[in-house]
Amino acid sequence: MSNIDLSINFAGIKAPNPFWLASAPPTNTGYQIMKAFEAGWGGAVWKTLGIPVQNVSSRYGSINYRDTRMAGLSNIELITDRPLADNLREIEEVKKHFPNHAVIASLMVESKKEWFQIVKDVENAGADGIELNFGCPHGMCERGMGSAVGQEPEVLNTIVQWVMEASSIPVITKLTPNISDITDPALAAVRGGTSALSLINTIKSIVGIDLDTYAPYPVVDGKGTNGGYCGPAVKPIALHMLKELAGHPEIRNTPISGIGGIETWRDVVEFILLGATSVQVCTAVMHYGFGIVREMEAGLRQFMSDKGYSTIYDFAGKAVPNVVEWKHLNLHYKVVASINADKCIGCQLCHIACDDGAHQAIALPINGSRVPEIIDENCVGCNLCSLVCPVEDCITMERRDDGSKTETWAERTVLGKIPEHFNDPRGGGVGHFVPEPSAALQYKRKDRSGRK
Amino acid sequence: MAEFNRPETPQDFIRNFAPKKPLMNSSEAYYESARCLYCYDAPCMDACPTHIDIPLFIKQINTGNIKGAAATIYDSNWLGNACGKVCPTEQLCEGSCVYTHQDMKPLQIGRLQNFATEAVMQAGSPLFSPGKDNGRKVAIVGAGPAGIACACELRVLGYSVEIFEAKALPTGLTVYGTAPYKITNEEALRENEYLQNQLGYTIHYNHPIQNAAQFAELEQGFDAVFLGLGLGATARLGIPGEDMPGVVGAVEFVEELRMKQSAYSIPDTVVVIGGGNTAVDAASESARMGASSVHLVYRRTKADMGAYDFEYATALGAGVKGVFEASPVRIEGEGRATGVTFARPDGTEFHLPADLVIKGTGQAKQGELLKHLPNISTDSKGRIVVDEAFQTTRPGYFAAGDAVNGGAEVVNAAYEGKCAAQGMHQWIQTNKA
Ligand SMILES: Cc1cc2nc3c(=O)[nH]c(=O)nc-3n(C[C@H](O)[C@H](O)[C@H](O)COP(=O)(O)OP(=O)(O)OC[C@H]3O[C@@H](n4cnc5c(N)ncnc54)[C@H](O)[C@@H]3O)c2cc1C
Ligand SMILES: Cc1cc2nc3c(=O)[nH]c(=O)nc-3n(C[C@H](O)[C@H](O)[C@H](O)COP(=O)(O)O)c2cc1C
Ligand code: SF4
Ligand code: SF4
Ligand code: SF4
Repeated sequence: MSNIDLSINFAGIKAPNPFWLASAPPTNTGYQIMKAFEAGWGGAVWKTLGIPVQNVSSRYGSINYRDTRMAGLSNIELITDRPLADNLREIEEVKKHFPNHAVIASLMVESKKEWFQIVKDVENAGADGIELNFGCPHGMCERGMGSAVGQEPEVLNTIVQWVMEASSIPVITKLTPNISDITDPALAAVRGGTSALSLINTIKSIVGIDLDTYAPYPVVDGKGTNGGYCGPAVKPIALHMLKELAGHPEIRNTPISGIGGIETWRDVVEFILLGATSVQVCTAVMHYGFGIVREMEAGLRQFMSDKGYSTIYDFAGKAVPNVVEWKHLNLHYKVVASINADKCIGCQLCHIACDDGAHQAIALPINGSRVPEIIDENCVGCNLCSLVCPVEDCITMERRDDGSKTETWAERTVLGKIPEHFNDPRGGGVGHFVPEPSAALQYKRKDRSGRK
Repeated sequence: MAEFNRPETPQDFIRNFAPKKPLMNSSEAYYESARCLYCYDAPCMDACPTHIDIPLFIKQINTGNIKGAAATIYDSNWLGNACGKVCPTEQLCEGSCVYTHQDMKPLQIGRLQNFATEAVMQAGSPLFSPGKDNGRKVAIVGAGPAGIACACELRVLGYSVEIFEAKALPTGLTVYGTAPYKITNEEALRENEYLQNQLGYTIHYNHPIQNAAQFAELEQGFDAVFLGLGLGATARLGIPGEDMPGVVGAVEFVEELRMKQSAYSIPDTVVVIGGGNTAVDAASESARMGASSVHLVYRRTKADMGAYDFEYATALGAGVKGVFEASPVRIEGEGRATGVTFARPDGTEFHLPADLVIKGTGQAKQGELLKHLPNISTDSKGRIVVDEAFQTTRPGYFAAGDAVNGGAEVVNAAYEGKCAAQGMHQWIQTNKA
């Protein structure tokens, strides 16, 4: 693994590795950032600077899924509440100790004058780059900043131009996901001259309601407000938005820093495969501390060594061409579920999932065993059973077409082979087995109550 | 040996009989319940003789509906708390949990069951109410698990219920028989109190029903009679020396131990004869009481033992020594037992010294008592014969539990007692309308 070089040059910002801390509580102070660099992080985006705010007490709420704590995290914290001078002094000190690590100042102010002033201040303190926080979806947006800017491409474009005019160091524009088409603000930023993009910031959310006070979490004296959602739960949304940018002809040449739910090396590799060339992490560090980077780095190195890559640029964006529109998927491709009876533990979740939630293609055994049976003809290859099966590699989806034919919806459209009216026999489900509705009435749970 | 010091105080006793399935705290219950897969048509439910909806109550624990979890448990099993503690779950629900098929730890169903039922009992949360009074009365003989389960079910159906119990305490062998490290006396009694407070059945203690006149009285005063008699005293070995002081039946030994606790003083050298669960329990308990030598002697091989493997392992862990293929020939001693002579299959004899000889040779059946009730048939093994509604061959008499199944577990008695109540309800509706 010795020939692996994790260092990056991200739009001119150099770092020993692509693992950066996102602008958030873990980057509140110089103390934390130095501790993080010691632990192995390659860069840090400082907690957003501006006019110091006041925060409430009781700031986070979380989604706990069964035994998993913080599968998603929601916060109602604002930008830094510390004086700018203190932050600038600490930036200087961090850079003195770690000249080769990336220190990026996240900024959020209102007027052109303030933007010019603060850009100069952080440059003078020695920051390697600037990140514009156009993403915060709570509190700051009520005051016309954060996501209020990120949702208005024109305003965003103007501010990016101001900052590009004022700044001599690279500028990253951080986007909010609270928008219907992420390419709108991204294009506005690119056209404004931004050096790079980062996404996603947090998603507007209410993580839950307290069943005693009837207020949303986190509860502040009997009330609550919408929060910003992040953590493992948001990764799919982040990956999708990343792909929207990385696949866009006018945006794809702008470096993108991927953010949102990254916790393990697998997440990191996925973001890089979809075009990110640095990654930022917040929730995983808030949950497990800076040491989490050890697992990420070791896993990334192992992956690169297994695949024969020496830098992340060797595989960055490799998954982008494989994300296509639905209409370009091969309609002849066919998989069917297959159960490995030796591994099956007999939970029968596959049976009930398919019978109640899919296509009635898994029968219960009648021979007293608990291993269900796939009815091949009924299986549409939806994958559901293989997803619910608790045993690793017990249900596999096996290819049944011979791979010789490819035909997509787009091609069928051209050939005039697509269904056109409500009862068109070319509909995909026509002729597929469906039980009689009344068969449901025979399907009863065994009565074991001992009562008549 | 002496793994255990003799318990001098109640605290010592509790330490020597530390709970085998201690109460979970809420974090443990949360994480453990999260592991349940919510299997479809779950095999654990089938393996539970009362068919508790195990995936449902476990999910209820996980979602913080602990009271609902307890309600689910009691809906199937009126002794849900005792069963969570004393059931041989390794053989039942937990033994069939799907995780075992991948050599993974099964869900700790018994302890989760405890957790939920303990929570409602400790909070005193009411879960049940008696049904609307239907004007009918049922007499129950025996306040063991079968009798109590039958009483609860009948109360919900609107019957008034009176239980006649020979002893001073309710719950039968739950309090008098099971091992103290499974359930304490207080725990056993508390569940009955919890049920009785809500459902309001009457128990007449120290009130054995033992002659024809008493049964006739019951027939006069009640619409039907339920027999939850359990089994009788320890059966005779039929060898010389058996009636000497220093020789005791295992059931009687355990009862005395459970009632006296730290005040019971075990002789130093103990020999237990038998290979069933009761014998193994008696040996285990002797060791925990601080006896310095405990031999468990069984006439056949280890593989033939009726006791569960895990019970035997527990006994070995407590310091018991197993001896196999040795049949007792006579108990030695002058006016008091001093040892037992055993014979090997090849006819050679050997002697084991003993200050206390415990006969774990099974309980006698209720034949004597049943002589007062003509027309009640028993099978070749002395078990009361019942139909699928748990009615005996004497109309209006129902029976369940050990007296019918020949000796099983608390959970079987609880299920059968409940089913018998349903059977009585059907019968009374048709025959006493
Ligand atoms: C030593 C020992 C250990 C055991 N350990 C376990 C264990 O760990 N787990 C488990 O699940 N099971 C265990 N069992 C078995 C379990 O205790 C019994 O299966 C269960 O208690 C049977 O319930 P029952 O109601 O049928 O009978 P019992 O519990 O025997 O109750 C019968 C009741 O009827 C009363 N009675 C009898 N005759 C009369 C009469 N003529 N008039 C009035 N009252 C009468 C008795 O006093 C008693 O209270 C153990 C049994 C023994 C002996
Ligand atoms: C408590 C909290 C405060 C945050 N504050 C900021 C901030 O000041 N500036 C900013 O750009 N993003 C802020 N974020 C968003 C994170 O930088 C990041 O974009 C988001 O949490 C998604 O990454 P994650 O899933 O790794 O947490 C904050 C997030 C949290 C949880
Ligand atoms: S893949 Fe879908 S349709 Fe096929 S058996 Fe599994 S759940 Fe049923
Ligand atoms: S889900 Fe998997 S383990 Fe469970 S019954 Fe189906 S194949 Fe077996
Ligand atoms: S078998 Fe095990 S995993 Fe399945 S429902 Fe029962 S306790 Fe849960």
